[in-house]
Order: sequence, then C-alpha cells, then structure tokens
Amino acid sequence: MTIQDIMQLLPAELLTADARLDTQVHNACGSDMMSDVLAFVKDQAVLLTGLNNPQVVRTADMMDMVCIVFVRGKRPSPEVLELAKQRGIAVLATRRTMFSACGILYQAGLRGGGGHD
Amino acid sequence: MTEPIRLEYTVPGDDFTRAGEASADLKHTLKRMGFPPEAIRKASIALYEGEINLVIHAGGGQIFVELTPEAIRMRLEDEGPGIPDIGLAMQEGYSTASEQVRSLGFGAGMGLPNMKRYSDEFFIESQPGQGTTIQMNVLL
Repeated sequence: MTIQDIMQLLPAELLTADARLDTQVHNACGSDMMSDVLAFVKDQAVLLTGLNNPQVVRTADMMDMVCIVFVRGKRPSPEVLELAKQRGIAVLATRRTMFSACGILYQAGLRGGGGHD
Repeated sequence: MTEPIRLEYTVPGDDFTRAGEASADLKHTLKRMGFPPEAIRKASIALYEGEINLVIHAGGGQIFVELTPEAIRMRLEDEGPGIPDIGLAMQEGYSTASEQVRSLGFGAGMGLPNMKRYSDEFFIESQPGQGTTIQMNVLL
C-alpha cells in the first residue's frame, strides 16, 4: 500500500503538498498516547492519531515513521505541518473516527506489526 | 585513543512544544556521524522520553551526551522536586502527571520504563526536594 492509496481509501486530504505519495507502507499504529507509541511500536510506517500537537510529529520522527493521519477531522497548526515537512513526513487528515480509519486500512491489508497482530 | 565527542543541551521547563528538540538534534547528529541505526533509534527514543519528563515534571534541566566508539552515554540532570519512591515510579502505568499533561499524549506512566527499555545501562538517583540525575547508556 502507498500513501496515495491511504488517501483514496479513507478518504483523506494531503496537508503537506510536496510529500512523496508513492512510498510503500506495510504497518501502522493508532493511538492518542505518544508514550504508548514509543513503548510498543516497531517498524510501523503510519501513525493514526486524534492528538493534535507538535509531539505527534516528534514521536513519529523518533520512530522513523513516514506518514501521520489525523483522524476525527483534526487539523494540525501551520507550525506542526512545518515540522512535519522538515522531517519529510507526509501529513493526511480524514473525517473518519480512529476506529473506522484503522478498520478500513486493516481491511485493505495494512497491519499492526506488533507481536500480537 | 580519540577523545569522546561531547554535546550539551538545555531543556527549558516551560515550553512543552519545544520538548524533543534536543533528541531530534542528537538523532540527526548520530545519523550524520554514521552510528548504527538501531543504536540511534534506542538513544533518541530514550532521550526523547527523558526530555518530556524534564519538561513536565522537573521544570527543565540539562542533558550531557558523550559519544565514543563504545557507547552513546546520556546524562540528564534536573533540580526538580525529585522522586520519593523510585521503585514505584519505574512501574509501567504509574504516573503523577496532571490531566493537562495526559491531554497532550503523555503521562501514561511509560516514560521512565521506556527510558530503561531503550537503554542498555540505566541508573537513576533522586533526592526529594533536590532533583534527579539519570544516566542512560546505549552500547555499540
């Protein structure tokens, strides 16, 4: 699956215009608790979250993630988007809830990638 | 014998939005210097959690990093309120963070356990009323 595929499946809007959309992604996680992402995530490329602050981008950057999907219609601030652009992270926004967004992407083949998934 | 490379960061205590700048800088420095990816990942995640703790619990602090061919050594020093019961604080899920901190995505009681999880060596000293010093080493 590519970032472009995620945009079409959810659907989601791209908020970082110059992001690479052909990047392949295989694993994702959905969480509003960044400490949990830091504790349990390994090699996931996509972060789905309803949390909206700069620490979302910093957490994704620490975990080498390539795409953040803001759910529930959340719109990050220009500062958050600028930080994501600096880090080369694509930012998407969808009106879907966390549960629905994760379900759609799971059904389309994206996996959790953790030990119990 | 080459001299270790030393880096120093000051973490301001009043600006949550800037927490993570030091660990992002360390991560990119380590990448540029060609450190192994897994060591970079461990060190930068451990330091990131440490930075968050300095901001939300200690009112800021200092980070001292020493890079050698054998290890990435990181020492965090603060003059915050200290930790009365370190054993309790090290338990996953135990947190004294405020609701406001939780609403920012932290304070799940995973900070110190994560710092230990991603360090090969982890030492913590704390005196209530005087502050906390944490040493985290990632071995190469």
